[in-house]
Formats: sequence, structure tokens, C-alpha cells
Amino acid sequence: MNPVMRNPVTIGFAALGAAILAAATFAIVPETKQAVVLRLNNPVGQPVNQYQPGQVIGRTGAGLIARIPFIDKIVWVDKRVLDADLDNTLVLSTDQLRLNVDAFARFRIVDPLRAVTSTGSTSNTEERVADQLRPLLGTALRNELGKVPFSVLLSPERGRVMDAIQASLQRDARQYGATIVDVRIKHADLPDGSPLESALQRMRTARQQEANTIRAQGQKQAQIVRAEADATAAKVYAEAFSKDAQFYDFYRAMQSYRHTFGADGGPQPEGSTSIIMGRDNAYLEKFNNR
Amino acid sequence: MTFLPPWLRRPPILMSETPRGPWGGGGDDGGAKDNGARNPWAVPPGGRKSTAKPTALDEFLKRARGGGSGGGGSGGPQFPLGANARNLWLIGVGVIVAVWLIFTSFHQIGPQQRGVVTFLGRYSGELDPGIRLTLPAPLVSVQKVDVEAVRVDEFPRDGSENVLTGDQNILDLAYTVRWRVENPRDFVFEIKDPVETVRATAESAMRAVLATTTLNDAIGAGRTTIEARVTQLMQQILNDYEAGVRVQGVSIRQASAPASLIDDFNAVTAAQQEAVGNLNNARSYSQQVIARAQGEAAAFDKVYEQYRLAPEVTRRRMYYETMEAVLAKTDKTIVETPGVAPILPLDRARRLTEPQTAAPATPAPTPEAGR
Repeated sequence: MNPVMRNPVTIGFAALGAAILAAATFAIVPETKQAVVLRLNNPVGQPVNQYQPGQVIGRTGAGLIARIPFIDKIVWVDKRVLDADLDNTLVLSTDQLRLNVDAFARFRIVDPLRAVTSTGSTSNTEERVADQLRPLLGTALRNELGKVPFSVLLSPERGRVMDAIQASLQRDARQYGATIVDVRIKHADLPDGSPLESALQRMRTARQQEANTIRAQGQKQAQIVRAEADATAAKVYAEAFSKDAQFYDFYRAMQSYRHTFGADGGPQPEGSTSIIMGRDNAYLEKFNNR
Repeated sequence: MTFLPPWLRRPPILMSETPRGPWGGGGDDGGAKDNGARNPWAVPPGGRKSTAKPTALDEFLKRARGGGSGGGGSGGPQFPLGANARNLWLIGVGVIVAVWLIFTSFHQIGPQQRGVVTFLGRYSGELDPGIRLTLPAPLVSVQKVDVEAVRVDEFPRDGSENVLTGDQNILDLAYTVRWRVENPRDFVFEIKDPVETVRATAESAMRAVLATTTLNDAIGAGRTTIEARVTQLMQQILNDYEAGVRVQGVSIRQASAPASLIDDFNAVTAAQQEAVGNLNNARSYSQQVIARAQGEAAAFDKVYEQYRLAPEVTRRRMYYETMEAVLAKTDKTIVETPGVAPILPLDRARRLTEPQTAAPATPAPTPEAGR
């Protein structure tokens, strides 16, 4: 055994050296990353594990790659769907309503080489792309929402507006090697203060109107029900009494006398009664012995 | 004492070191170690070296000690050399490799978990629950993902928030979304921040659905529909992202009018009650009126039936009965000769009906009275 090999220090250093060399030569490309290889800052070949539509995970370009140590440099770019969030953008609709809009764009870097070259960055490329996309999203949002009245945002049309924003952003995203997966409005709120207050005031008056309408409708219904009842009663009376109008007249007159002079057992009539009868009175007919 | 190796317990060795103090004599570990010269592992110079050969560890320690004292502050022990040192190194490396293998090859996957396996960075499969064996790192790495556990996200995180409805009203809303990982592979590899993505999707979907709903629907009967539509829309969006997420359900915890409008909303409810009350009154009036009409009509019918059998007699009877009942209760004055009315003593009648002037003028109940 030669003395070098017998010396563990030497072996250790050799192993260390080998490990460093291996680490500098080989790199593991995970499923979640795309790798752009730069040879002295000059891109070499196609990016490794570049996103391709319809790719099945497990059969992508991920795996072990080799490079020239210390000369090739790998720039990692995320392969997954990324997110550019936009908070509290003030948007003016065509009907001059101000709206606070939170929106997000989901995007994926499909051309990592372009993403790297267009942002001029060799680290955090995804974030830089997102930083570039954010103001573009804001502009697209303002442009598209500025074309429609406020009410459209609160209707099924909303989807179409978002599609338009997505299409407009898609063009811009291409130059950063990104593709927009989706654009969505998260919030669309009235700004605090007078716009919100006036909306609440409108709701308040709408409620008052509703309450008054309900009350009036109720009264109308009640009136109709009463009138119907009166009509039904009149019909019932008429049906019964028209059998003999003359007798009804008599019968009702008798009832009426009883009631008026307090003889029907009900409460005393309001005025007490004093009757002066002439001798020709029909009731006194027999009294006069006629 | 018994845990000490046999060669340490040998009386001669102990004997040679007894004079040093009370602890040394007992062969006590702590006492024996506090001075390098009395180190129990060190092979005593004059001691017996026949049965136990100095092990690699002994050798190492001895050299380390020698180097430390002899180096004069050069620092750090010298590396052991020689054949025994090689053994020492092999054992050390072996232990490290074993630990490494154990820690990176065995994976304990919980019952609710799946392990996503990547071989040199490339997805190669999933591990089911249990203790699973894989190739060691860095060849293979395993990421555990909870798939069975239902995750619950509350919106907003505290209280409730204002949402615009389709009729441009404002709704106070709080809701909960339940979801779980359906496809761990997609969940890990397709989206950078899946949890945040699910949250953003839920907010977006909820507001998109509410933007096509009226306030009254959202507050009242439309809730279940809204929940179902949000669930469906979320699932559709997440499927577009290939997020590997299954939305279990959306439940609205609170959907009400903004707090400052509660009174006005209550006024509407009150108006509804009032309207119903009015209607009830009208119905009861209706019942009364109709019943009375029917009653009177029936009474007339009965009497008329009898009247038809004997019209003249019945008519007369009714007339006399009525007059009797009426006149029995009234004050009567019979005037024999026309024209004497003014001098009649009518004050009794006046007394009863104070200032009324109606009494003298009251005509007799029959048309003949005036003549």
C-alpha cells in the first residue's frame, strides 16, 4: 500500500475534492425547476426541463445533468404556476364609479431563456418576471374596466372582462417568456368614505321603499277582501229576499221597528220614544171598534 | 462498578492509583477521569497488556493526549495513523453511512399521507402509508403530503367583509371552504403556492358568484345555491390550474345586511308582518259579514216558508206582535181630535230627551198618523 493511500488525511482531502468536483459537474434538475445553462454567461443549448404543454410529470426533462465545472452556470427558473398579485388598484368605470380592485394573474414561465435574458437576471427570475407583470396587469385592468360600466362587473359579463384582460396581458407576458394561465378579480369594492356611504344610503332608501310598498300592498289586499265579503253578503241577501219583495218589505219593517224602539232585546235605543197616535191609526183600528 | 470493562476492574491497576484521593480508590468514573494521568482508559505503563490489546480508540486517545501536550499550543489533536487508525476511520465512516441510510431510506408515511418520490429530481411515484423503503438521498427524495386531511380555510380570517352583490348592494359575508389534496403529484409540482392559490381562487369564485346574485337571494333562500355554485366554480378553476385539489364544500357562515342597515331591514320585516296582520283582519271581517248575511237569509227563508202557507194570518200576527212589543216600551198619547197637539202635556217626553225637539214632531209609526 503506498503511503499516500495509507494517509487518511490525504484520502479525506481527495474525497472532498472529488465531491466538490462532482457537485460542480452534476446537477439535479427537479420537476419544479427549469434550468438555463450559461457558459461564461452565454446560454448553451436548450434550457433543461423546459415547460411543454401536455407534458406528463415523471416524463419530463427533470433528472441529472452534467456541465463543465466552474465554467457553466445554471440559472434556475420555477416551472410551476406562479402568481402576480395586485392589491388595491383604484379603477374608474365608464360611469365614473371608483372601485378598489384586487386582482391576480397566474402565469407560468414557458421560455426560461427569454425570461432570463429579458429580465437580465441570473437569480430570482420568477420574481422579476412577476414584478414586470404586475404593473402591466394594473394597466390592463384599468384599461378594460374603464371601458365598461360598473354594473358589468357585477354581472355574468364579468368573465368576459377578465378574458379581455387576460388576452391583453398575454401579449405583454410573451416578451418575458411567460404565459398567462388565468386572470381573476379577487375583490371589487367601493372605496371607503363617500362612495360606500352613498351606496349604503341607497340601500337604506331601497329598504324604506320596499317596506312602504309591502304595507300598501297589504292594505290593498285587505280592502279587496273586505269588498268581496260585502259583495258576497249582498248576493246572499238578494237571493233570499227577492223571492217575495213585498213580504220582505214588511218583514224588514217589523224588524226595523223592533230595533228602533228597543223591543228586540238589544240595548236601549239612543233616544227614548214618545208616540202620539191619531185616532185614525191603523193599530187603533180595533180600538175604535171599526 | 459492574458496567466497567473487565480490564478496568483489575485490582492491580486500581492499586497503582489508589494514593491519589478518596474518589480514585473507588474506581469511580468521574473521579478517575479528572486527571489525564489517571485516565482509566489509558493503558497503565506497568500494567498487564496481555489479554486486552489496546483498541483503536485507546490508540487514538493516547495519541491525542500526547499530541496535545507535546504540541505546545499547536492546537488540535493529531490524526491517528497506522493500521489501527485505518480501522478507526472505517468504523466512523461506516457509522455515518449507516445513519445516513437509515434516515434517508426509511420513510414513515402516516395514514393520511402519501409520499411523493423523486428519483434524481424526477417524479417516480408515490408511497402509500406505512414504513417504506427507498434508495437513499440524494438519489431519491420523498415529500410527504397530507391527502386525506380536510383543510379548512375561513374567509375572511376574522369577522366578516363587505361584498358587492349583483344588484349593487353590499353584503356582510363570512364563509368557510373545505378542501383536500386529491392528487399529491400535481399538488407538489404544478403550483408554486397551492394553499394560497386555493385561497385566492375561493375569494375570486365567491365574489364572481355573488356578483350574479341579488342581495335578497344571498340573505335568504339562495344560500345553498350560492354554496354549490362557488364549489363548482372553484373546482373548475383549480382543475384548469391542475392543482390536484378537491373542493369538498363551501359553507356560508354569515350573510347579512351591513350592520348600519339592520334597522331598515327590520323595518321591511315589520312591514311584512303588518301587511299580513291587515289581511288577517280583513279576512275575519269577511267571515263575519258573510256569516251574518247567511244567517239572516236563512232566518228570512224559514219565516217566508211559513208565511207562504198562510200569508194573511201570518202577516197580521207579525204586525200585532211587533206593535205590541214596540208600543209596550214607549210612552203613548192618543189624540182623539185633530189639532190639539200643542196643548198636550209632553214635558215627560222632554224630560227624558233633554233639548231634543224631535219628540213633538215624531210622527206616528204608521202613515195614517199624520192625517
